[in-house]
Amino acid sequence: MAAEQDTKPADREVDEFTGTATTGHEWDGIRELDTPMPRWWLWTYYATVIFSIGYVIAYPAIPLVSKATAGLFGYSSRAEVAKEIDNAKQAQSQMLDQISKKSLDEIRKDQALYQFAVAGGASAFRVNCIQCHGSGAQGGGIYPNLNDDDWLWGGKLDDIHSTLKHGIRFAYDDDTRSSEMPAFGRDEILEKGQINDSAEFVLKLAGQEHDAAAAERGATVYADNCAACHGEQGLGDPEQGAPNLADAIWFYGGSKAELVAQISNPKLGVMPGWQNRLDAATIKQLTIYVHSLGGGE
Amino acid sequence: MGLIPIYALGLLAALLAAAKAQDDLFAAHAWVFAIACTIAIISTAKRVNFAVEHDTSEETYLDSVVRAGVIATVFWGIAGFLVGVIIAAQLAYPALNFDWPFTNFGRLRPLHTSAVIFAFGGNALICTSFYIIQRTCRARLALGNTAWFVFWGYQLFIVLAATGYLMGVTQSKEYAEPEWYVDIWLTIVWVAYLAVFMGTLFKRKEPHIYVANWFYLSFIVTVAMLHLVNNMAVPVSFLGSKSYPVFAGVQDALTQWWYGHNAVGFFLTAGFLGMMYYLMPKQAERPVYSYRLSIVHFWSLIFLYIWAGPHHLHYTALPDWAQTLGMVFSVMLWMPSWGGMINGLMTLSGAWDKLRTDPILRMMVVSIAFYGMSTFEGPMMSIKSVNSLSHYTDWTIGHVHSGALGWNGMISFAAVYFLVPRLWDRAALYSPRMVNWHLWLGTLGIVLYAASMWVSGITQGLMWREYDDQGFLVNSFVESVSVLHPFYVIRMLGGVLFLAGAFLMVWNVFMTIKGHTRDEAPMGSTVATATA
Repeated sequence: MAAEQDTKPADREVDEFTGTATTGHEWDGIRELDTPMPRWWLWTYYATVIFSIGYVIAYPAIPLVSKATAGLFGYSSRAEVAKEIDNAKQAQSQMLDQISKKSLDEIRKDQALYQFAVAGGASAFRVNCIQCHGSGAQGGGIYPNLNDDDWLWGGKLDDIHSTLKHGIRFAYDDDTRSSEMPAFGRDEILEKGQINDSAEFVLKLAGQEHDAAAAERGATVYADNCAACHGEQGLGDPEQGAPNLADAIWFYGGSKAELVAQISNPKLGVMPGWQNRLDAATIKQLTIYVHSLGGGE
Repeated sequence: MGLIPIYALGLLAALLAAAKAQDDLFAAHAWVFAIACTIAIISTAKRVNFAVEHDTSEETYLDSVVRAGVIATVFWGIAGFLVGVIIAAQLAYPALNFDWPFTNFGRLRPLHTSAVIFAFGGNALICTSFYIIQRTCRARLALGNTAWFVFWGYQLFIVLAATGYLMGVTQSKEYAEPEWYVDIWLTIVWVAYLAVFMGTLFKRKEPHIYVANWFYLSFIVTVAMLHLVNNMAVPVSFLGSKSYPVFAGVQDALTQWWYGHNAVGFFLTAGFLGMMYYLMPKQAERPVYSYRLSIVHFWSLIFLYIWAGPHHLHYTALPDWAQTLGMVFSVMLWMPSWGGMINGLMTLSGAWDKLRTDPILRMMVVSIAFYGMSTFEGPMMSIKSVNSLSHYTDWTIGHVHSGALGWNGMISFAAVYFLVPRLWDRAALYSPRMVNWHLWLGTLGIVLYAASMWVSGITQGLMWREYDDQGFLVNSFVESVSVLHPFYVIRMLGGVLFLAGAFLMVWNVFMTIKGHTRDEAPMGSTVATATA
């Protein structure tokens, strides 16, 4: 073949600028130089091939009949992840053991353990809780703020722990916190006028602008229908999850219309229980963390 | 004229499908098809000529379809870039989703990727391949007006795909979202494309096949194979839009990324290298640097690329051995990819001075530079330890765009500027200086895009893996999202610049076709006038 090419030197004209022969072909005025492949290119190409062969020998690579070659290093990404998880657990095991064994109060009193629990709780909070309660636990919309001391179901360590574990109105946990405000409007327990008056009275309890005459009438309605749970002074009752109505912190909105809506056809919030999703030590850490946010009792 | 009965049958079938459709979405698409058939019937009937025809066409090239392709390229380019800017804005300002399904990011994102890759890139590839193969084979396109069927059939595919995305018809496969019936239509069009291309090769009057055509042929053949395998699916009903893929689980994922990566490899790399191999020597008026390099890098590229897909599934349920092979084939791809860069850039030896006066040549050089950069970045990102940081982050998005905007975008713009004066028989472009502005706006846009995505991608990767000294996760996901806002704004600005450059192209192309020449100082003349 080479001899054949050499017999046609006329076709293989030499490019003036580079001094390189062309291949003698031409398409639409395009010619090709017969430049050798750049050495650095070729050697780098060989190097990547050699690296690849080495890598294939070292790591799982060639699929055989029932399984692939394991590679000299015996590497497996599953085993590596399992090892990393083991190491991470190992590093925390001492602290976690103590958290599991000790009561919440004991954890709180142990400086090092307390600090660890707050950090661990914050971390678990970022993964599991911020979707509703916000990245700063500030709440928003229908989700309560966890930074203040206005607690629906109590702000003591044990209260928070129980809420976390069993949830609120969580259908999958028999021990879940549960209470149901009657739908005074929907179920026609009260008339529209009475609902309107009681809303005015609630505004008065909260120290907000209200219609004095209507609130006066509403006081009786309130005493007969609402005080049993929310208390005479509207201070609420964490035992029943009845919110404080006198602190002007509103869950479902504090405007007149929103109060009427809530009395007529109440929204009832739900929080999942975590005892089947998180381990006991994590729930304890979450408890300590939420308690530490500022409103813990 | 003989085609009218076929169109009429198509119309009848479409109307029946619309009437019997199992769901509204399928009915809507049947109507789109019916309208396309109606337009085809009317336009064919209007061109019926009862005079005796003397067929002299074999002596000339079929360039009318290339002209249509250039216009389609420019049109879909603008559409794709515009949607890109919109979704970039949505990422920075989510309120721009407007809580409306048709403007939701989830629907607009595939509209953007498909508009840019398949509508803009696909039209650029088809029209340049039709132009180049005729000239490098010295033969008119084979099979009469089949090239026109390819052109219009491909536009119909684009319309069906795009309207499908907006209505929510998708099989949720990256770059392969259209449902089964649109896939079948594309298969028909693609086989016609292959037939035209192969037919022209067969009747060539040149003894050898030019390197550009090797790349184009590998692109057409491989895309056909990829499209068929990845879209194997069983329709729920033959009159409904929904289907289920035949593969499941990790097999489905691997098939998808075998397809997805080779869409990049054979559509966006091999096809566009074909374009480059013709444009560069023509524009530089220099011989191709190395024939041997072109052979070795061509065969290496197409042999290695097809195995590299598994690197999209590092650290997933994909077995380790497949991940290993995906990685090493990607690493070995580095030099074969760079072979094209070397051949492109070194073709300029003896013509570097032309860069001072020729903005089109500049555009090609910038394009090849971005090609070189992203084909280094790709193998690097496929290395597992790098991938463990970069995977699922914006780094990948930046990588894709430095390739797509830099390499595919710039070489396509250069092709448009190269082709328009030749196709419309104009002495020169309306304004070479506007080409230069386009080049710089585009380049600046890409730099903003890629740089902001590097920073945001690496930030994401580092934030996600950050643990404190007690072993607790430091950041929540949403914290990593809110940190990225400034980079998303920068990315959007990059997109706006790129789009602005493309609008300059529209004007330049429009005025060139109209036959105008802008009154401006020639490129590279500033020094001369200053000293004069």
